[in-house]
Amino acid sequence: MTATEFQPAKTEVRQPILQARNLVKTFGRVVGLDGVSLDLYPGEVLAIIGDNGAGKSTLIKCLTGAEIPDSGELKVSGQPVHFKRPQDARVHGIETVYQNLAVSPALDVASNLFLGREERLPGPLGKIFRVLDTKGMRRKAKEELTRLGISTLQDVTVPVENLSGGQRQAVAVARAAAFGSKVVVLDEPTAALGVRESNQVLQLVRDLRDRGLPVILISHNMPHVFDVADRIHIQRLGKCAATITPESHSMTDAVAIMTGAATA
Amino acid sequence: MTQQQTAGPPAAGHADPAEEFLDRQTPLSRIRNILHRYPALSPAIVLLVAVVVFGLLNERFLRVENLSLITQQVSVVGTLAIAQTLIILTAGIDLSVGAVMILASMVVAQLAVGSGAPAPLALLLGLVVGLAAGALNGFLVTRFRLPPFIVTLGTLNIFIALTLLYSGGSTVRGSSMPGLLTWMGSTFPVGPVRISTGVVMMLLLYIAVAFILGKTAWGRHVYAVGDDKEAARLAGIPVNRVLMSVYLAAGAVLAVGAWIQIGRTNAASPNAGVDLNLDSITAVVIGGTSLFGGRGSIWGSLLGALIVGVFRNGLSLAGLDVLYQTLAVGVLIILAVSIDQWIRKVKS
Repeated sequence: MTATEFQPAKTEVRQPILQARNLVKTFGRVVGLDGVSLDLYPGEVLAIIGDNGAGKSTLIKCLTGAEIPDSGELKVSGQPVHFKRPQDARVHGIETVYQNLAVSPALDVASNLFLGREERLPGPLGKIFRVLDTKGMRRKAKEELTRLGISTLQDVTVPVENLSGGQRQAVAVARAAAFGSKVVVLDEPTAALGVRESNQVLQLVRDLRDRGLPVILISHNMPHVFDVADRIHIQRLGKCAATITPESHSMTDAVAIMTGAATA
Repeated sequence: MTQQQTAGPPAAGHADPAEEFLDRQTPLSRIRNILHRYPALSPAIVLLVAVVVFGLLNERFLRVENLSLITQQVSVVGTLAIAQTLIILTAGIDLSVGAVMILASMVVAQLAVGSGAPAPLALLLGLVVGLAAGALNGFLVTRFRLPPFIVTLGTLNIFIALTLLYSGGSTVRGSSMPGLLTWMGSTFPVGPVRISTGVVMMLLLYIAVAFILGKTAWGRHVYAVGDDKEAARLAGIPVNRVLMSVYLAAGAVLAVGAWIQIGRTNAASPNAGVDLNLDSITAVVIGGTSLFGGRGSIWGSLLGALIVGVFRNGLSLAGLDVLYQTLAVGVLIILAVSIDQWIRKVKS
């Protein structure tokens, strides 16, 4: 083996959980992604910022299986993967909270947490008659919400449509956190929320990181990004303009890079 | 002094005024919340009131023979309403339920009488017809992404034409059929009441579908797909597969409906059931299931079918013309949908 690659200093040899190399995605003649690379390490919050049309959403969609990149590689824990639909990403432990939340308003909190992966009763009732373990799922939903410190959702039998925006967001984040074994991706989680609710969601993001679960956070809100992110990936015109940290750069610098007024 | 009074009691001083406003409940909004939570409650109340009122209007109404007759009159529409409920829960609508049922009943009757097939085989082939019709509707809805309204408007005409072509427009009388085919029309005594086998069959179907909708993952997926298709897809639910299975299940239920229809009318007629499509939708809507999908209960549809039956029967016993029955049903539909809209406003 010849060491052609530059070896970063000692402790930084951790393997990225999610690794993207030279992702390209075009829509007709429009270039959405123009060779974007990204690394996500265990236990970090990586924010992705960028102006409208910079390719944030396309990048996320390629990482979570909602879009298939034209070329480029994707690796999960070092293993090459090819996502064709969101379920493929989910199988690899990547859970996404979409901007529109993807919750079912008429179903209750517990049903939403387990939507698409319901648990059945043990024994013949579950195996032959396929009866759901409603009580068990409600209990687990409650446990999960308590574990995440979501105190505003005590009653898991309430239909989601009766909840506030922040509580719905909490349900969606809880679902991702409960099943995301490797990566949680949050698309604009604070966009529709008030100040207090935003803080609750940001606290949830920190809690996830503290449990060792890396988080990718897409946001327009600079104070929020600088509040929780460990590293910030700046998209500009379909490319990664820079990857900075809240310590190395100020918010003004980030905005300057985002708009092309400065380079990192 | 007056200043202090206008400032309100000090105990509530620290509460967020906006939040307090959100949490404020009037008796009316509390009723709305309860109705929202239990969609079958409002039709149950309507049915109860209707029974009491018609009972007071005419003492013959509450006689057991009359009540038993109402259940028999309701058995066919009640069964079609099961299929209709499943499809409306997915935010669809099926205009072809009556036509599918009549087609299946003609196939069963012709096979048994005309071609001399054994009765169980004829019924089995009727089930195949129902499933095939459901598969066609489901295929067009999921693969070609056509609106269910358009798809079933088309298949409604196709099935009516197929029925007339196949039967040559002639009715098959019940007296010429094997006993098994008209078995659903036979009655047996339960105490002072005579219950028909068709009614029992309908109730068994309701119990089975209620169980599946309420207790299985499939049932929950049906609601989720009707509620928000895109959200369901992103949550990992195979939306098209769920839709297809709903149309297939509806087709199977309609085939059983055909069996009940043969027993109830003691015949298989290609011209029967022209208005059954709309009656089944009426029952579902009055039963509190939302036409926008994702909301409602199967028991509501049974109540809805019973309400229509009770109104028709009660009004005719009260000596009113048939036209007034139709008028009353029309008013009921509009009332039911208005109440549904009002209940849906419950969310913030």
